Amino acid sequence: MSQVQGFLDQLGARQPLDAEPSWIAARRQAGAARFEAVGFPGRKDEEWKYTDVSAIARQSFTLADSNELSAEQCDAFSIGIDAYRLVFVDGIFNSSLSDVDALGSDVTVEPLSRALADNHEAVGGQLGRLNNVDFSPFSALNTAFMGEGAVIRIGRRVVLDKPVYLLFVSRHHETPVMSHPRILIDAASQSQVTVIEHYTGDSEAANLTNVVSEVFTGKGAQVVHYRLQEAATSEFHISSLHIEQTRDSHFRSFNLNLGAAIARNDIVAELNDENAVCDYYGLFFGRGRQHMDNHTKVHHNAPRTFSNENYKGILDDRARGVFNGLVHIKRDAQQVRGYQSNANLLLSDRAEIDTKPELLIYADDVQCSHGTTTGQLDEKAIFALRARGIDEAMARGLLTLAFAGEVMESVTLPSIATRIERAVAGKLPDRFNLQDLVEAADA
Amino acid sequence: MASEEMEQLVRREYTQGFVTDIESDTAPPGLTEDTIAFISQKKNEPDWMLQWRLEAYHQWLKMESPSWAHLDYPPIDYQAISYFSAPKRPEDRPQSLDEVDPKLLETYEKLGIPLHERAALAGVAVDAVFDSVSVATTFKDKLADAGVIFCSISEAIREHPELIKKYLGTVVPRGDNYFAALNAAVFTDGSFVYIPEGVTCPMELSTYFRINAANTGQFERTLIICEKQAQVSYLEGCTAPMRDENQLHAAVVELVAMEDAYIKYSTVQNWYPGDENGKGGIYNFVTKRGDCRGDRSRISWTQVETGSAITWKYPSCLLRGDGSKGEFYSVAVTNGRQQADTGTKMIHIGKNTSSTIVSKGIAAGRSDQSYRGLVKISPRAENARNFTQCDSLLIGDKCGAHTFPYQEISNSKAMVEHEATTSKIGEDQLFYCKSRGIDEEDAVSMIVNGFCKDVFQELPMEFAVEAEALLSVTLEGSVG
Repeated sequence: MSQVQGFLDQLGARQPLDAEPSWIAARRQAGAARFEAVGFPGRKDEEWKYTDVSAIARQSFTLADSNELSAEQCDAFSIGIDAYRLVFVDGIFNSSLSDVDALGSDVTVEPLSRALADNHEAVGGQLGRLNNVDFSPFSALNTAFMGEGAVIRIGRRVVLDKPVYLLFVSRHHETPVMSHPRILIDAASQSQVTVIEHYTGDSEAANLTNVVSEVFTGKGAQVVHYRLQEAATSEFHISSLHIEQTRDSHFRSFNLNLGAAIARNDIVAELNDENAVCDYYGLFFGRGRQHMDNHTKVHHNAPRTFSNENYKGILDDRARGVFNGLVHIKRDAQQVRGYQSNANLLLSDRAEIDTKPELLIYADDVQCSHGTTTGQLDEKAIFALRARGIDEAMARGLLTLAFAGEVMESVTLPSIATRIERAVAGKLPDRFNLQDLVEAADA
Repeated sequence: MASEEMEQLVRREYTQGFVTDIESDTAPPGLTEDTIAFISQKKNEPDWMLQWRLEAYHQWLKMESPSWAHLDYPPIDYQAISYFSAPKRPEDRPQSLDEVDPKLLETYEKLGIPLHERAALAGVAVDAVFDSVSVATTFKDKLADAGVIFCSISEAIREHPELIKKYLGTVVPRGDNYFAALNAAVFTDGSFVYIPEGVTCPMELSTYFRINAANTGQFERTLIICEKQAQVSYLEGCTAPMRDENQLHAAVVELVAMEDAYIKYSTVQNWYPGDENGKGGIYNFVTKRGDCRGDRSRISWTQVETGSAITWKYPSCLLRGDGSKGEFYSVAVTNGRQQADTGTKMIHIGKNTSSTIVSKGIAAGRSDQSYRGLVKISPRAENARNFTQCDSLLIGDKCGAHTFPYQEISNSKAMVEHEATTSKIGEDQLFYCKSRGIDEEDAVSMIVNGFCKDVFQELPMEFAVEAEALLSVTLEGSVG
């Protein structure tokens, strides 16, 4: 409990908002109380069976007091993409690096602190509606520290011309810091938006990022969500993404995990009305002693809803990957189609993957399937490349890249696709001799 | 299918529910050290066995009933159960079928399994278990010629203590899980099979379990040992009469396969599932595990589960020997308010080990069914291979079918594949059959049998026939 108390003690250090509304104080208290009651999840908790977070619990994190970052540094961290941009440094909003000036009147992209100061009642109803403090101890912790993040609102029938880019930069500190961003995406009916959450930072940073995102889709809205997690390998990254879908809405998630010592992502979609479509794509690539855990859930709460999931994992050295995917079809949610696929590639004998694709089905007129495979590269394919004069190491590298490529194909923004492809190629072990190829591509 | 016709089939009574009135020598309900001493004494067991049981009992006391399964049942009062029930006159047990109580033989007649006929016609040695004591064992001489030991576990404890001491509890330790510990403390009977080196058992061995006396849990313990290059096929079949009170069954089955040995274990289980409101029915908590100790050994589990109110059963294989092979073929059918949480564990430890899992679940009525499986590839298990397929068929909109496959893979040369599908019987398939003059009921039967074919073809002939018949009776009526 002392570890838990250590985290909560930081609440006192939190900068109070100007004229904090009472509801938010009450919710923070509920979060703190919940976290104090349950503490950090243990291995006996089925949801955390394969992920040991004691390394996080042992650490003492403070809250950052500076959001300093030069424009040059910011450019180096960010993806070169034309977008509406909000920049956060160790969880603190940096307005000078952000750029949302060109936005139309029926679109809001602003930091949560400003949204709360301007019109807190407008966010009060949605904040925490999908992510309850009971969801996980980290959600409770996030709620306790709730105060900064992003609010994105897209008006009816608005098709946003550029993506919204949220850049979270983690800096190196003597004493690591923690941040608990809170993201709210509200896409009104028939609107279309792409949101990119990008996590990156100094290579020595050892901070904790614990983010909660909530997405509301109106009728026929289309939301594309990217999570690009490229944190330093000494960082801790915990995220949960919750989506509520109404009729004819389409949500697509792309979840890339390359960084962090421990990364845990939860994605939960509630398909509440007919013809809601949800697609999950994910790629995780662990090396060294990285631990990457993806828990996804799709709740088909209404008839004729559709989901499709494709996750791929590559694990080298002593890295460990966890995949847990659930497709849940409620009673009477007939004519649902739900597909799930998880394929994993182990590049080392000391790497481990624990995968559990679950189906929970209470309706009969449905089509559901899941498949998982774990294995190594196809020796025939390697032979085919070698027969064409490519050496074995490079052949393995190319095939590993191709394995990841299937998921990357689902990335529709070219600038992001290129970025991801390079990041994945750059992470391939040196033994694959692909550096020249990657550099050539960069040039 | 006409809905009244369907209704009739759904409401079909459990045809094998009848009670044979045989006086039982039953222990009073409750579980204490005295109960265990009573059981041990009734079985004329040596003292080391009693001590073994008591240790298990003390372990059990410290354990908690597992709650992770996708099952919903009221807590079991272990003090309300009687732990020993034997047909009267245990001391002068019949030596041949002629001496068997005619009422008992009648029971088998009603089940459609005339013991002597079956034994004679099918060439199967039957170790029939009526309640808890073996009452007839045939073909013993023929087996003895081959050097095969096939007897009740109680007899084995008395006659072959060296084998029991060496193997009992080595695959499923006493403290393995709550129900295994309970079984170790109070098991009353079961079968013991020992196949010596190089021997292929000359016939398929079969045991029919039958639960009879009211309020009596049945705690079977089966141990099968196959020495190097030995082979055996073992058949287990179960049926129980209609009861209002829930009956607890917690069996343990241990298989040991040495080098190049092959054990095939087949089960057909159709215990009383309870009435349409879920009243009565058997609680079936079984721990089955096979240990492929020797290189190139092979263990194959085949099961057809149609009965029981609650099924909690995960026949598993420990693939320790290099090149050893584990197989699990299962058809589980639930109807009414039955609940089944079943599956398998394949633990790959040796090199070049392989396992195959084929699970077919059919849920109808208001039943709930889960496949729960684990495939674990340990770091040393080079070139391990697993293929898993679990398909579910849902019949009606009030049932549920769930899949919880766990995979833990720590070797880069492993190949592990898992596939699962859930669907209902295709309208197009039905239409296709009907347009060719096959009525709906036959069509459904055909499609469901086709759905289960991969598993049925693994069953020995006698069981395959029974299984198909069982499936027709259990299921067809509920299709609409």
